[in-house]
Amino acid sequence: MALSIVHRATGIALYFGTLLLAWWLIAAATGPTAYANVQAFTGSFIGRLIVFGYTWSLMHHLLSGIRHLVWDLGYGFKANEREALTWGAAVGGISLTILLWIIAYAIGGGR
Amino acid sequence: MSGQNSPGAKSMRTPLSRVRSLGASHSGTSDFWRQRMTAVAMVLLMVPVIVVVMMLLGRNQAGAAQILGSAPIAIILLLFIVASTWHMKIGMQVVIEDYVHSETVKLACVMANNFFCIAVALASVYAILKLSSGV
Repeated sequence: MALSIVHRATGIALYFGTLLLAWWLIAAATGPTAYANVQAFTGSFIGRLIVFGYTWSLMHHLLSGIRHLVWDLGYGFKANEREALTWGAAVGGISLTILLWIIAYAIGGGR
Repeated sequence: MSGQNSPGAKSMRTPLSRVRSLGASHSGTSDFWRQRMTAVAMVLLMVPVIVVVMMLLGRNQAGAAQILGSAPIAIILLLFIVASTWHMKIGMQVVIEDYVHSETVKLACVMANNFFCIAVALASVYAILKLSSGV
């Protein structure tokens, strides 16, 4: 499976994605205008796309990382177990991302 | 790093045994362990952090500042910031060591990686502490 490189790629995406998180926190600490700028960006089409990509990267890296922790402990090395862990991380990452965005729209849209 | 391992010190150990298992970063397995420790920390922190982010959705700055300034939320985010920036510093260093083979460029990249991660960490920590102290 080619998911080893996806784990690394999502890690690199998250690395630069923390800039967005830091910007958001600093804006919250700065004032209403700075915070409105962040919201205008994250609310735009390209902003939503980036945050959606960040969410997927985080969920995939999380599950793929748990898979690596299982391997570190010495389990899950049989062929069918490897496949199950890998597919679980791939499908689970996409599912969790969609689930989180449905919850986010339900909560955020309600305010 | 320690005195007994420096080349000039009197030692029964052979040069090979001194460098064995130190790896490309010359620091042994400590990064390997810290990478796993911060990973497990973030697995534990993931649900609380997602809840905090959901609480903040759709709020204006005053509402967000009030939530971020509360003690349990500030502490959750501080723990997550420390774990994530530390984790990404180690992870990016592994990527650099894998792909950058010139020693000079590698050192420059590792240094830039450290600067980036420490800057992101301290900027985020500063924001949280500012919100918590209400200044």
